[in-house]
Amino acid sequence: MQNNIGAPKGLSLSDPRVRAWLFQILTVVAVVGLGWYLFHNTQTNLQHRGITSGFDFLERSAGFGIAQHLIPYTEQDSYARVFVIGLLNTLLVTFIGIILATLLGFIIGVARLSPNWMISKLATVYVETFRNIPPLLQILFWYFAVFLTLPGPRGSINLNDTFFISNRGLNMPGASMAEGFWPFVVAVGLAIIAIVVMVRLANRRFEATGEPFHKFWVGLFLFFGIPALCVLLFGAPVHWEMPQLKGFNFVGGWVLIPELLALTLALTIYTAAFIAEIVRSGIRSVSYGQTEAARSLGLREGPTLRKVIIPQALRVIIPPLTSQYLNLAKNSSLAAGIGYPEMVSLFAGTVLNQTGQAIEVIAITMSVYLAISISISLLMNWYNKRIALIER
Amino acid sequence: MSTHVFKPDMPPPVKAVGVMAWMRANLFSSWLNTLLTLLAVYLVWLIVPPLLQWSIFDANWVGTTRADCTKEGACWVFIQQRFGQFMYGYYPSELRWRVDLTVWLAVIGAAPLFISRFPRKAVYGLGFLVLYPIVAYTLLHGGYLGLATVPTNQWGGLMLTLVIATVGIVGALPLGILLALGRRSNMPAVKVVCVTFIEFWRGVPLITVLFMSSVMLPLFLPEGMSFDKLLRAMIGVILFQSAYIAEVVRGGLQAIPKGQYEAAAAMGLGYWRSMGLVILPQALKLVIPGIVNTFIALFKDTSLVIIIGLFDLLNSVKQAAADPTWLGMATEGYVFAALVFWIFCFGMSRYSMHLEHKLDTGHKR
Repeated sequence: MQNNIGAPKGLSLSDPRVRAWLFQILTVVAVVGLGWYLFHNTQTNLQHRGITSGFDFLERSAGFGIAQHLIPYTEQDSYARVFVIGLLNTLLVTFIGIILATLLGFIIGVARLSPNWMISKLATVYVETFRNIPPLLQILFWYFAVFLTLPGPRGSINLNDTFFISNRGLNMPGASMAEGFWPFVVAVGLAIIAIVVMVRLANRRFEATGEPFHKFWVGLFLFFGIPALCVLLFGAPVHWEMPQLKGFNFVGGWVLIPELLALTLALTIYTAAFIAEIVRSGIRSVSYGQTEAARSLGLREGPTLRKVIIPQALRVIIPPLTSQYLNLAKNSSLAAGIGYPEMVSLFAGTVLNQTGQAIEVIAITMSVYLAISISISLLMNWYNKRIALIER
Repeated sequence: MSTHVFKPDMPPPVKAVGVMAWMRANLFSSWLNTLLTLLAVYLVWLIVPPLLQWSIFDANWVGTTRADCTKEGACWVFIQQRFGQFMYGYYPSELRWRVDLTVWLAVIGAAPLFISRFPRKAVYGLGFLVLYPIVAYTLLHGGYLGLATVPTNQWGGLMLTLVIATVGIVGALPLGILLALGRRSNMPAVKVVCVTFIEFWRGVPLITVLFMSSVMLPLFLPEGMSFDKLLRAMIGVILFQSAYIAEVVRGGLQAIPKGQYEAAAAMGLGYWRSMGLVILPQALKLVIPGIVNTFIALFKDTSLVIIIGLFDLLNSVKQAAADPTWLGMATEGYVFAALVFWIFCFGMSRYSMHLEHKLDTGHKR
């Protein structure tokens, strides 16, 4: 394009570079103009309606109660603290949901590939049923049709006198620090260091001499042995408090509120259906030749799976798995439908209604989700890069 | 010369054919498999009979009030009584024929698009795409041609779900294509704008988008201008969905070999004509299944409008279940709504798989 024969000298619209510049300038002007227009409208609207702007409201006292808070909270606390509580509750659901959905998803995905006809058909029915029903509907179903229709605390479902399921949620023993707590933490730390050292030494010996070492069993022994020894020496690390039925409700122990249960259950079941499909297609993507090659090298079934199939399948599985994790984090906002106090229902709902500062509240909420999305995808990209095929 | 006559083949051993052999291979091939089979049978036995008992054998099918539900199982009377509300929301019952007509027109109008031999499909499709929304809006909203006006706050039920999902996808498609082209553009300013737009909408949950469109959009508009709630929700859905469509279309654009771009340039086509005549027809064909999948996701996501107080199918069910004369009907209501959503989503996902098969022209590498 540099030496266009017969191209007019100087600036001309028939020069693609000029056109590109012009087009980009127009785009920037349009975007900036639109932004300014919206900003201007908002300014005048806010002035006319007498809405204050700015983030001062975060300092003010909230004055409402919250059903579940992971950090201490009273009604006098500020909106900023309410925000932190909402954020922690969102992260809690996301964290539990990701772990449970991954476990369930892998099991169902492998079950779909099972040579056992019954098992694979059951897994298919699971996947086809749950991924075609909106997650919000599933959440509402578990909450309104299951957990709220359970009997009250007096008639609760009693599991071994330690767990009680009622319409108030799941009551379970609560742990509090006992005298052996810090020694126990130190012991767990020591066990982890010991395992790392053991694995390093074993690998070095294996590379030098070819002698294998029972890394798994020794590691297992170290992991449980050292803390167990510590418990024997210093006493129990935590003190368990059993829930007791007193009057109309349980006293003592920990309680998982029904909103949390319904939300986690629904999100786990829904996301697991998608993860199962990802796992299935990942495993299917490893060609059968790989299995045959592994067999011809004399590997048994277990090592074939662990050292040949899974590492290759993971490369296919990780990217879509990441987007499922992101979806789960975003879907946790559906809690607004049942009033579980997380980011959206607590902050974009209650706080917004009380303060009326829509722009600030929505902006904070959206940036939190953007931050969660970006951090999960960065983390998974890093992991993906680590396990990606290095072509030489 | 004597010819050797073969004896007829022996039948295969009984163990290798028939039901027994199939069961041996697929259910009881090892002790572990046998164990799994027994476990699966136990699971089925645990779930299926009580489910059938509740939903069919012990269910109440006839009656008009809650008192008619005397048997143990599900009370389908509730669904029968509230069916109109679940389908049409608060749309006036004497005008519901208009909704029915709109649906029938859509079915009849779209049918030729699914007939593979239909001539001039593209022209017909484009015409349908332009004309149908006008007809549908006139029929549903009224206010012209002597049709009584039905304000959108009376719309509801499955009809509202379908309206939001359809408008969402149709509105998001052109915007998404433009964004995808912008993201692949060589111009840095355009690219940055498109990438920011796409990544922003993909990073936030739809629920916050709906919140935004319901509380922030009125602040963005000049004074005196206001949108109705449904339109605001639709704008939010379109913006949100266009980002997802853009990513799907980008996948298609990336799958087109570079030679096609070069060939189009060699023919002397400019950017828009090479895109419109050469690249996009191929790319869009590749991503039709992806677009259908996006539509399924959108269809499920429309249930979120419950948060901003629109009465779609799910919210109608929730409202009806909270009615004091029908207390305790939450399960029936949600099961019914789940079934409706499931039929739509499952049907569409099967269709998408069928398309994938049909459109697979062997370009896969």
